Amino acid sequence: MVDEIKDEARPVPERVAVTAAATEMLLSLREQHGELMFHQSGGCCDGSSPMCYPLGDFLTGDADVHLGDLSLVGSDDGPHPGEQATVPVWMSRNQYEYWKHTHLTIDVVPGRGAGFSLEAPEGVRFLIRSRIFSDAELDRLLAADAL
Amino acid sequence: MTVYAQPGTAGSIVEYKSRYDHWIGGEYVAPAKGQYFENPSPVTGKTFTEVARGTAEDIDRALDAAHGAARTWGKTSATERAIILNKIADRMEANLEMIAVAESWENGKPVRETLAADIPLAIDHFRYFAGAIRAEEGSISEIDGDTVAYHFSEPLGVVGQIIPWNFPILMATWKLAPALAAGNCVVLKPAEQTPASILFLMDLIGDLLPPGVLNIVNGFGVEAGKPLASSPRIAKIAFTGETTTGRLIMQYASQNIIPVTLELGGKSPNIFFDDVARADDAFYDKALEGFTMFALNQGEVCTCPSRALIQESVYDSFLGDAIKRTEAVVQGNPLDTDTMIGAQASNDQLEKILSYFDIGRDEGAKILTGGHRADLGGDLADGYYVTPTIFEGKNSMRVFQEEIFGPVVAVTSFSDFDDAMTIANDTLYGLGAGVWSRDANTAYRAGREIQAGRVWTNCYHAYPAAAAFGGYKGSGVGRENHKMMLDHYQQTKNLLVSYSPDKLGFF
Repeated sequence: MVDEIKDEARPVPERVAVTAAATEMLLSLREQHGELMFHQSGGCCDGSSPMCYPLGDFLTGDADVHLGDLSLVGSDDGPHPGEQATVPVWMSRNQYEYWKHTHLTIDVVPGRGAGFSLEAPEGVRFLIRSRIFSDAELDRLLAADAL
Repeated sequence: MTVYAQPGTAGSIVEYKSRYDHWIGGEYVAPAKGQYFENPSPVTGKTFTEVARGTAEDIDRALDAAHGAARTWGKTSATERAIILNKIADRMEANLEMIAVAESWENGKPVRETLAADIPLAIDHFRYFAGAIRAEEGSISEIDGDTVAYHFSEPLGVVGQIIPWNFPILMATWKLAPALAAGNCVVLKPAEQTPASILFLMDLIGDLLPPGVLNIVNGFGVEAGKPLASSPRIAKIAFTGETTTGRLIMQYASQNIIPVTLELGGKSPNIFFDDVARADDAFYDKALEGFTMFALNQGEVCTCPSRALIQESVYDSFLGDAIKRTEAVVQGNPLDTDTMIGAQASNDQLEKILSYFDIGRDEGAKILTGGHRADLGGDLADGYYVTPTIFEGKNSMRVFQEEIFGPVVAVTSFSDFDDAMTIANDTLYGLGAGVWSRDANTAYRAGREIQAGRVWTNCYHAYPAAAAFGGYKGSGVGRENHKMMLDHYQQTKNLLVSYSPDKLGFF
């Protein structure tokens, strides 16, 4: 029998995640551009898309929320086996107010983004996939003052 | 009914070249690094031409050409520039059908729209600014009997412009016509999704402008857009796109201390007061069409009326009629003049729209019609088609707060005027809005209360050159259209002149 984990012992849910395909793309981009960051966009054209930049190229500040860090580990079958990297993910604070009840996973699809996001020349586009946090997750986020 | 042949096939009125270089200094110039990228048509998903993949070297070369031409062009008379803009308009008008088919093929939008809206509006835009610059006057202030302040408008010099893909030729024209009229030289970067139709246009009008006045460099944002936006050699940058890139462009501009114009999208409310349904007449019919405008251009419009607010007392009946109207939208081959909605502009747009169907459902929004990709079969099977979609839910949901940029509307109800205004303004954006009412006082008060730059009142999606267009709040900075745009592309020179022979007596 598995011991029941006490509620307060459960970790605060992560807000952001990354798919295996996006991980490999990010590790490739990191080879070309160095350390990376994301800022989630809103508005038209390529709006509502995550924008990937060299770390520090986009200036964040009090108007932004740091949603979390993507912990990348290259797949053993891929071109970057075991390689590790960390990519911080940011969003405008006012936009976060409308998004904070959702968990975000950064994925990648074939396409051609506009904007200055680094992956566009590779013929792919990062894409956000969203999931609503469960009530239990929201409780834990609230308890950790992370909402 | 007409079905135009696909460009590059027998009987087509459009022949795209197999490759396009940069347009720099009045001629085609190969990219410095020799690289090209493929350009697929959203109609079929198949590549139809390849386009130069520009880099910082190409941007520099274009800036050299622009600076070389700037002094002469800036000193031409308003009359000379107006004549050239009018000639561009005339040339476009003479080739309207061809340009319209070319743009439809590259963007995926129905040719009905490019024939009736995009290209005629672009033509009119050149004519409007040809007239506006002729009529522009400086001003004189008589400070006192001996002192006069003269105000002259001077061109900024060389400006950068980054164009979106949703109206490749019209959005380029919105930026080009006032900039050229005001005497500026331009380096323009089209969107990477629609790099070729503007060059198709240059093949028709390129000889009308002196070399170097207008330069076009294609490529990806990070490789060509960034070197342009961050260059210390531009006097202004104008951008249409989304908020994060808008902020980044402002950051670059702050480093060079240059002005920006930003048009960054919206989540525009379309408000239907109950008196709209007082009679089943022409006005009611017009209002239903106004609701359905969310599907215009596949919803790929910054001002897409993507939130519909319907007054409770008529909610069920109006929405029922609106669903019927939406389901009557004909989706098909964009090159068929009977087609009302064509293809989304790219695969990633398609994927993004589909991802919003998921998040909408997860949040508890109800899909009343649509909600899926459309498979049109045949050679359109790989095109990027989405069925017009109506969500019903609450304004706090993400499908009510985020620009999906697809044929998707999120519908909710309101109780009274104040409730309507609260919901309408509960958004990060403020670009467009629609107000529908038979009561002039209600419509007027609503229009003044909504925090948006353009409030269509008993109409929607009209874009005349003489009406100012731009955003409140997160939707951007500055305006486009209207003669005030000249001011966005000009410096003010003040000559403060004393006609007194007498000293001040200070020293």
